[in-house]
Amino acid sequence: MHGTRILDEADRLMTVCNSCRYCEGLCAVFPAMEMRRAFSDGDLNYLANLCHSCGACYVDCQFSPPHEFNVNVPKTLAVARAESYAAYAWPQALSGAFSRNGLVISIVTALSMAAFILGFAALNDRGVLFGVHTSPGAFYRLMPHNAMAALFSAAFLYAILALVMSVRAFWRDIGTPIGGRADGGSIFQAIRDAGELRYLHGGGVGCYNEDEKPTDRRKLFHHLTFYGFLLCFAATSVATLYHYLLGREAPYPWWDLPVVLGTLGGIGLIVGPIGLFAAKMRRDPALLDEQRYGMDVGFIAMLFLTGFTGILLLILRETAAMGPLLALHLGAVFALFITMPYGKFVHGIYRFAALVRYAQERRSEAGS
Amino acid sequence: MSPTSSHRADGMSRKYDVLVIGGGNAALCAAISARRGGASVLVLEGAPKFYRGGNTRHTRNMRCAHDAATEILTGPYTEEEFWEDLLRVTGGQTDEVLARHMIRESKDILNWIVEQGVRWQPSLGGTLSLGRTNSFFLGGGRAMLNALYLTAERLGVDVEYDAEVTDLVIDDGMFLAARLEQPIKGETEIRATSLVAAAGGFEANIEWLKQYWGDAADNFLIRGTPYNRGSILKMLLAKGVQEVGDPTQCHAVAIDARAPKFDGGIITRHDSVVFGIVVNKHAQRFYDEGEDIWPKRYAIWGRLVAAQPDQIAYIIFDSTVVTSFMPTLFPPIAGQTVAELAGKLELDPAALENTITEFNAAVRPGTFDHTILDDCRTEGITPQKTHWARRIETPPYLAYPVRPGITFTYLGTRVTREARMLMADGKPSANMFAAGEIMAGNVLGKGYAAGIGMTIGSVFGRIAGREAAKHARN
Repeated sequence: MHGTRILDEADRLMTVCNSCRYCEGLCAVFPAMEMRRAFSDGDLNYLANLCHSCGACYVDCQFSPPHEFNVNVPKTLAVARAESYAAYAWPQALSGAFSRNGLVISIVTALSMAAFILGFAALNDRGVLFGVHTSPGAFYRLMPHNAMAALFSAAFLYAILALVMSVRAFWRDIGTPIGGRADGGSIFQAIRDAGELRYLHGGGVGCYNEDEKPTDRRKLFHHLTFYGFLLCFAATSVATLYHYLLGREAPYPWWDLPVVLGTLGGIGLIVGPIGLFAAKMRRDPALLDEQRYGMDVGFIAMLFLTGFTGILLLILRETAAMGPLLALHLGAVFALFITMPYGKFVHGIYRFAALVRYAQERRSEAGS
Repeated sequence: MSPTSSHRADGMSRKYDVLVIGGGNAALCAAISARRGGASVLVLEGAPKFYRGGNTRHTRNMRCAHDAATEILTGPYTEEEFWEDLLRVTGGQTDEVLARHMIRESKDILNWIVEQGVRWQPSLGGTLSLGRTNSFFLGGGRAMLNALYLTAERLGVDVEYDAEVTDLVIDDGMFLAARLEQPIKGETEIRATSLVAAAGGFEANIEWLKQYWGDAADNFLIRGTPYNRGSILKMLLAKGVQEVGDPTQCHAVAIDARAPKFDGGIITRHDSVVFGIVVNKHAQRFYDEGEDIWPKRYAIWGRLVAAQPDQIAYIIFDSTVVTSFMPTLFPPIAGQTVAELAGKLELDPAALENTITEFNAAVRPGTFDHTILDDCRTEGITPQKTHWARRIETPPYLAYPVRPGITFTYLGTRVTREARMLMADGKPSANMFAAGEIMAGNVLGKGYAAGIGMTIGSVFGRIAGREAAKHARN
């Protein structure tokens, strides 16, 4: 018996799957399962986070519903995964954010945007707020650079702290081998596996979504989203270096590195989330953790909003709309930062940790 | 010349070139091969879509000859070695010409089936003994089926589910039409120039099994699809097709008695016999548990259990061997004492204690090695346990209840090398072909070798489809 009903169900399924093993070539979950005969809560949370939800094991399974064995690994692991986010959340007092996540994310985003708009309105003259600013330092006429840097650094550092504490709890619970810190080779392997979404591939032919045909494009849209996010992050980082090292203030011309990176990233963050959302709408409900629909869509919407407001800001930055758009964009980014530890963003962190663990297990198995 | 979907809406009144009855590996290989040969093809699958594919759903590999190691096969498996294996498992009950033809053709199937979208992988964990001879389907049999159906659909093969064929119109060895009953669409008649029958055996037809096994068949569990009721086979034999294979025989293994009546698949099997003893409902041993290594022992225990009272038996072992075999779907039943275990199994405690005490006393010292026929054996009891005998003495005492699990039947239609059915008078049918389990008895008169059912299905399916299309063109 486990701590929760979903872990009991995950345990039942892993027992079925471990006596079958037909799916072991599809992804990392089943080989990791085969290394065990019994499953602790931590083991199941590890397997749940290792699962990329490609759907192949569901369409390939002779025991999936309506068969009486009712084997539905993607859905069961999706629910277990979402519950694990709450179980490892730091501080635990905020773990409730995962139970009505869509609502929490919406409210935080709305409040954050409202706060920036109100702040801009309260601290600036009408003429400044709706003025046309084009010279370097234009953004900082609305919000001083140091205030902006301090606010976002604080939010970002808090998110990092909360994420580190959460993933530490996860890492301990999934039973790191004795004396086992993550070695460089395993981390490198995990970076490759995560970077190429090696296991979001339906065992090689692509993911499954609405039926038994591998026609899903989630991998592509996830790449657009993830690398879009990274490009935007890189844009911000480069801009920060420009600011402090070169003394060059934003906004930068369209051909300059921060803008090029931000534009490409912003396009990724618009197209990617739209694709992911469309895929989710088409997904066979049998595979979905419908309880967490809000969490998934909330995160997708937030990323889209970040990319969309960023691109709008770029296009309209030389008009009177710049002030309000900057407030909206900063509001979106701020909300994204502070909700990172309490939303779907954490899936990437836990999955990466699970991939490191899996790489470790593979290496120690190969070495033994 | 493929009928369009509008024709199908008219009750499929349009005549097809090739009608394939069945929906498993053999049927789909036939349909694809016929379609690639230029024929219009309709597949009638009696099961609903989820259960499509008969017993192929539960398979995982195929045995094909190959002259060199491949990416997924660890070494060569020559035609001659394949033939010798077949000769051994069938005890010579095989048609050599047909079997050698199949083995030769199996070489090319390794590539052909990949061209139809099926993907291979190395042998699964716990099946290393098959790594050289058998190619495993990535994702298992249902993944294989999904790939074949996808390819068939892309090629323009029409597929109807829930399509139960109620009658075949056959005139003097010539197929004319099939009558069909579907839940919503009702009754239809389908005409076709050629017929490929690939509708499996009759193992799910308990009444039919009872003709040979009596009431014991009520206690059989059917490992695969509940849709293999043998109705097509029965119609063909009744309309003059020559039969092949022993009708009284079926392939049976010992599976967990807690498994569902149908469709429990591979995960209900038990391969722990060698690690303990097997007793019947009177708590008596009845056969040498250490006679032979896998897979031979695997295939005899179903029949042994079938011969015991109430067709039930119990594999009894102790806690020292629990991790010696693959994890099982159903957990072992446990007791801290033999008497407690007997109580849970509803066996006579005194009798079980007596059997285990006698067995333990008869165990001679030896060096245990389950991978070879080792020297751990008993002396002075009947039946002996000739290998792997170790005392059962470390609680908790554990047991799996087992029943006969029927895999497939051997009765089928006799065919030629072209997969063409032979009529009872020895003449080949003008336009009827067969593939898969429905004709497996031609090459597999008895016994079994892992993956050979799929070889028969793919090889003869491909041949049957090609020949059926050729007939339709002429």
